[in-house]
Amino acid sequence: MIVEFGHFALILALVVAIGQSVLPMVGAARRDVRLAAFGRQAAHAQFALLGLSFAALTYAFVTSDFSVALVVSNSHSLKPMLYKISGVWGNHEGSMLLWVLILAAFGSAVAAFGRNLPESLKSRVIGVQGMIGVGFLLFIVLTSNPFERMLPAPLDGRDLNPLLQDPGLAFHPPFLYLGYVGLSVAFSFAVAALIEGKVDAAWARWVRPWTLAAWSSLTLGIALGSWWAYYELGWGGWWFWDPVENASFMPWLAATALLHSAIVVEKRDALKSWTVLLAIIAFSLSLMGTFIVRSGVLTSVHAFAVDPERGVFILILLGIAVGGSLALYAWRAPDLQPGGLFRPISREGGLLINNLFLAVACATVLLGTLYPLIAEAVADEKISVGPPFFNATFIPLMIPLIILMAAGPMMGWKRAGISGLLHRLRAALVATAAAALVVLFVAETDAIAAALGVAAGVWVLAGVTTDLVHRCRSREGTLGAGLNRLFNLPRSVWGTALGHAGVAIVVMGITVDSLMSTDIIAAAEPGDRFELAGRTLVYEGVEPKMGPNYMSERGVISVYKGDEKIAELDPERRFYPVQGMTTTEAAIRSTVFEDLYVVIGEQDEQGRRTVRLHHNPLVPWLWFGTIIMVLGGVLSLSDRRLRVGAPIRSKKATTGKTEGGAPPAGAQPEAGD
Amino acid sequence: MKAVLTAFVALFLWSLPAAAVQPDEMLADPTLESRAQALGKQLRCLVCQSESIEDSNADLASDLRVLVREKITEGLNDREIKDFLVERYGTYVLLNPPAQGSTLWLWLAPGILVALGGAAVVLILRRKSAAKGQGPAPLTPEEQARLAKLTGSDAGIDRNA
Amino acid sequence: MKQRLLYLLPLAGFLAIAGYFAYGLTLNPQELPSALIDKPAPTFELAPLDDRTPGLATADLAGEPVALVNFFASWCVPCRAEHPILTRLAEVENVPLYGIAYKDEIADSIGFLNELGNPYDRIGVDQDGRAAIEFGVYGVPETYVIDRDGHIRFRHAGALTRQIIERDIMPLIEELRK
Repeated sequence: MIVEFGHFALILALVVAIGQSVLPMVGAARRDVRLAAFGRQAAHAQFALLGLSFAALTYAFVTSDFSVALVVSNSHSLKPMLYKISGVWGNHEGSMLLWVLILAAFGSAVAAFGRNLPESLKSRVIGVQGMIGVGFLLFIVLTSNPFERMLPAPLDGRDLNPLLQDPGLAFHPPFLYLGYVGLSVAFSFAVAALIEGKVDAAWARWVRPWTLAAWSSLTLGIALGSWWAYYELGWGGWWFWDPVENASFMPWLAATALLHSAIVVEKRDALKSWTVLLAIIAFSLSLMGTFIVRSGVLTSVHAFAVDPERGVFILILLGIAVGGSLALYAWRAPDLQPGGLFRPISREGGLLINNLFLAVACATVLLGTLYPLIAEAVADEKISVGPPFFNATFIPLMIPLIILMAAGPMMGWKRAGISGLLHRLRAALVATAAAALVVLFVAETDAIAAALGVAAGVWVLAGVTTDLVHRCRSREGTLGAGLNRLFNLPRSVWGTALGHAGVAIVVMGITVDSLMSTDIIAAAEPGDRFELAGRTLVYEGVEPKMGPNYMSERGVISVYKGDEKIAELDPERRFYPVQGMTTTEAAIRSTVFEDLYVVIGEQDEQGRRTVRLHHNPLVPWLWFGTIIMVLGGVLSLSDRRLRVGAPIRSKKATTGKTEGGAPPAGAQPEAGD
Repeated sequence: MKAVLTAFVALFLWSLPAAAVQPDEMLADPTLESRAQALGKQLRCLVCQSESIEDSNADLASDLRVLVREKITEGLNDREIKDFLVERYGTYVLLNPPAQGSTLWLWLAPGILVALGGAAVVLILRRKSAAKGQGPAPLTPEEQARLAKLTGSDAGIDRNA
Repeated sequence: MKQRLLYLLPLAGFLAIAGYFAYGLTLNPQELPSALIDKPAPTFELAPLDDRTPGLATADLAGEPVALVNFFASWCVPCRAEHPILTRLAEVENVPLYGIAYKDEIADSIGFLNELGNPYDRIGVDQDGRAAIEFGVYGVPETYVIDRDGHIRFRHAGALTRQIIERDIMPLIEELRK
């Protein structure tokens, strides 16, 4: 009964979404307040209905209702509760329901929080959100009904793919979707602005927090997926440039570019049509990711079960949404008023170069991902584009970005002096050179690459520090006054600093891990000792263990530093009888500077066990750096000046001094400059 | 059939968590072994579709790993080993597509894009500086009124930043 | 006006990508064309499975107007599925059919053929899978069509089906026999 109720709520949500996509649009055109109000109510109603629908499906999973086909194919009565719940979105149908639920949540949030948005803009944003909702609800109702019954009901389910029964992967999709779908708000704002024919600083100020929220979630979602691959796949890799990974990375790159270009629109009223285009592209890439994952058009290790019919449906949706918005762009964008003026060496100039390289990086990933398809269509050739290509092209594109990352936030708007900038950064330059030299001497292999990577990280960290110090250097020169200023800096300044510092930390983690990790792979007998990175690892043996829905072989490996035992690691091999699958569970000992990563494999004929012992330096920095980045995003989001609906004039003149000042909404900053 | 094959490949892939090179496959000489691993990272595991032979536990990947090590021991260089495999499996086996023929554009694209984008940036900046020479359009009375309201503190902000 | 055209670029780019996607939906990304099409079959020499059927080497492939080479294994489920179709093809069309037992215990291969019948005129044993690598095989079953000069003309990866035989293999056999 509850299941039918959920299905009914889903269909009702579709009906509401149709209303939401038409009436507020008409209302905005006719300046009809009642229709606009309907749009807001519809957005809330759609969210509530999808919430109910999602709750109903969750209920079916939690109570193991095996009369529902989706529960049968993705759940099992013995499965731990966490994975019963995550099983809701661990499959195509349920994940689509989560997708539209999040979409409706964002639509409802715009309706609730956009109190100081102009009525017509808000109505149009809500209308566009409604249209996206209609497309995907139709998709679910027509091709991917999660509530389908299976009668007679089997006694038990077929269980969730064991690789997905994992905390990292339980939370990876929700964050990823929050990111993907969050970008729909920026998209809707862009489409609404194109319809209105007006993009100004106020528009950018409304778009930025939504983009920041989406960007933070997407960052976290990607990192969770990467973290999962790292400990679950059993050989310490965390990024493969697989089509599906690229599908999540491209919107991230576009969103990052959008975050930066929106600042230019906000502060200088320039780069307007480019920013609108980025907003459209960022969400379009999210939609394309959805298509790639679910259509099977590109081969990937992560893809959902492939169904060509669904692929055709999503491609049509993609054509309407992306084709339609880009056609609108081609029609309306040329009429947008060009904005403020600036010199090449200026904050805007820096942000423009940032956008150039982010956009090219994004395009390169896109091209590399699609090239096998293009080569097959054009030349009837079957080729692979794998990690070596992406590493060789992507990394060089990041170098100018990293150089700019330290200097950019210190450049003044409109014009900046390069000599003053270098003078201010001299300490950072010295630190960078010193770091590079140290690495050159210390590193035994790949010294130049390692030195470059570490220097890049140090450069950005030093630049960020220099910037913060400079911003809070007090006239009285006392430490107390300086610290006071430091903590009173606007949160968006801290957000920028943390965001950039996070990237620096990740860059160092990537460099050092990919160049300096070492491993031992051996067939071991109990008592065998291995020397790895200054530790002694002793393989003690394997013992059986029972899990709730699996059987496990648990290996024991003791770690000694000298004669002192510092840790015991217990990697597992789990066998899930329902799906007949074996998974490896790595045991990892993380400290600040390194991971000790051990995995056990199969037993050979002589009874010896394959052990893989990896020393992965600086891998923890990947996760640590990501958390710092996300923290930066969240902190920026909490800045009063960015918060939607918050009173605008909050801080005193100090904010103006440090950040160029937030212009009051509605007023054109430097309108006559 | 397609569905069966897909299911087969999927099953094949999922049931074997990637685990890379096995101890009995490895070469005794660490220099040669690390050369083999570096080379293997550039060769696609054909049945897995998206992994290198070094990262996969599939049977064929294992065979290819052993083959690569054999050829290395026989004294073939990396190029020759790659050619050997390309002859049999096509360029598809190379994760790094060769910079020739139809894939030349792929390799050139990032450079071309940076050049085009750079040109666009220069044009934008040029136009802006040219416009600068003529000076901004005068304020409308409405804007002047608004500017008067804002006055002092806000108007002078950007010069300090 | 010229500038307006620039604003059409993103749309044009998207339409191109959408076109590739539409084309991509018609393809099977798991399907791999053989790199050896229209090239001579690779060099190999394989021992026989038992004394009832002779072994197989490169030289045995040429000479007949058309011949089939089929990689199989007793542990391979799709091989079992295609076995009757393969047998029928060899009998009805009277095409020489050569088998290569891929990475299998000899006793298991013999058992497999004893159980289902032996449609092969020659069988080579490829226990280390080297001959398979020479052919560019990436899984069993795989079937190759060889012409009079010993050149590979067609490869099918996966189990043979009636549809593939009617659509691809039969016309090719007719053509080669002319």
